[in-house]
Amino acid sequence: MTLSEQQFSRNADPFNYELPEPLDMASGKYVKIWQGPQHPGITGNMSLELTLDGDTIVDCKTHVGYLHRGFEKLMEGRTFIQNFTVVCRIAVPEPAFNEYLYAKAIEDISGLEVPERADWLRTLNLEMMRLASFMMWIGGMSGTFGLYTVPNWTIACRDYVLDLFEEMTGGRIYHMYMVPGGVRAPLPEGFAERAIKVMDIADKLINQIEKVMFNNAVFKARAKGLGVITPDLIDAYGIVGPNARGCGIKRDLRKDEPYLLYDQLDFDVITATGSDAYDRGLVRLEETRQSIDLIRQCLKNMPTDGAFQADMPNVLHWKVPAGETYVKAECTRGEYGYYMVTDGTEYVRRIHVRGPSYTHAISLMERLAVGTNIADIAGLMVSLHTYPPEIER
Amino acid sequence: MLLERLTKEFGITDIVERHARMTTIKVDKDKGERLIRELRDREGYVHLSFVACVDYIERGVFSIIYMLHSYDEKKDLGIHIEVDRENPEMTSIHTLWAQAWTYQRELREMYGINFPGSPRVDEEFCLEGWDQMPPMRRDFDTRKYSDEQFGHREGRASEDPREHMKAKLYPNRGGDEQ
Repeated sequence: MTLSEQQFSRNADPFNYELPEPLDMASGKYVKIWQGPQHPGITGNMSLELTLDGDTIVDCKTHVGYLHRGFEKLMEGRTFIQNFTVVCRIAVPEPAFNEYLYAKAIEDISGLEVPERADWLRTLNLEMMRLASFMMWIGGMSGTFGLYTVPNWTIACRDYVLDLFEEMTGGRIYHMYMVPGGVRAPLPEGFAERAIKVMDIADKLINQIEKVMFNNAVFKARAKGLGVITPDLIDAYGIVGPNARGCGIKRDLRKDEPYLLYDQLDFDVITATGSDAYDRGLVRLEETRQSIDLIRQCLKNMPTDGAFQADMPNVLHWKVPAGETYVKAECTRGEYGYYMVTDGTEYVRRIHVRGPSYTHAISLMERLAVGTNIADIAGLMVSLHTYPPEIER
Repeated sequence: MLLERLTKEFGITDIVERHARMTTIKVDKDKGERLIRELRDREGYVHLSFVACVDYIERGVFSIIYMLHSYDEKKDLGIHIEVDRENPEMTSIHTLWAQAWTYQRELREMYGINFPGSPRVDEEFCLEGWDQMPPMRRDFDTRKYSDEQFGHREGRASEDPREHMKAKLYPNRGGDEQ
């Protein structure tokens, strides 16, 4: 069987894991190289073990574990409030979703009602988080294709958003803002005006990025047709978020199963049809615009007074009744979920964090890498938008 | 309706509606794979959100939970399947979802549950050269492991937050908050 036939047989069947014939490594025809764990093209510390024939990848194995700190096990031995310092570290560029879902799971099991103002503040916080994360992703994607101007712009703009986070929560990266029952603080005075200014800057920047990056001939030539996700892979691999929406799949938890106050906000689910790295990028670019718009809507509609925290007992005395729940939210990469089991004590019995990178970065990546040119592997990896810490937790 | 049929055909038990969009059920180990296949093929539960495990050491079982999602119904269905803690083994579902083998490989490493036939199930996932008890089991003592592996560093002490705060807030009453 020739190499191209082998690749074809793998691509035709979504459940084909192994090469039909093992590669004869002693023949001298193939070279094995490692991409990562430290590499600017990979979004975080994980590595790809690549087997090359010339400059084409014929086999890919992923290796994770470089960031394994056993978060889920750690949480079983800490009180509910102590865990807040743990959860936000599970997805470094996007910690707010961990805070929200952890708090939401506790509220769900305890039957706690959250004041409306707190829900608005949470929605605003999550959208700001999405904006900051998309800004970082655009920079990463552009950098892996050799366009180094855009990352400088987006990382600077992300810093403005981090300034807003600092004002709102006291922290730039790890906020620990959304606690069970509500949020820790209301917005500081004059926050809305300052946030609108940052949104205006971000809006202008997105238009420039569209011109410089998405209309760039080099970027187009390399990203179009890279890492095509065919429709039969979507459910077989559990593909969610912009990776699925880039294939025309109209699924978005914010719309399909609205949480917080997303049912009161005006937005559409953004899709594209190219199914490749370029169209996944386009979806994310449009969703960045959408986040800016949603932040403006939140600031406009949000009540400026009222309770932002439900009446809660002393944090050192929290006991959550026995129960079980699974809560989820749409992060920048798709369905992010927390599965929690409690047994009525001061400690959680089990937490499982469901991160979208788990499927995107391992099984899907191993599948899409085959047949790709070695020069495009970093771009392919970033186009799937993966964060390794949420894989190994 | 669906749950009634499943009760009749598969003998599911412990049906609990956890919230408006999520229900959990329990099924016997030998019927588990068949039930999951039926839900995926006939009932529209096409999305596998995750596979996880809860260690019920007091009952001597591992409860494996398969979280399925239906995009049509917009509902999650958690299926609990209990396996014996002594010789844990479960039917592999890697033929149903192409990402399932990753979860199974993780459960093999973290809990020691075997999934015969699952691709690369015995390969290391996160841990390299691990020769101890699978670390996510309840009886794995992280403190003891860390003390043995890394030793004590001078100048580092940890306090129980509750006792510390009591002593700080109520010093005149000997830390008695009453």
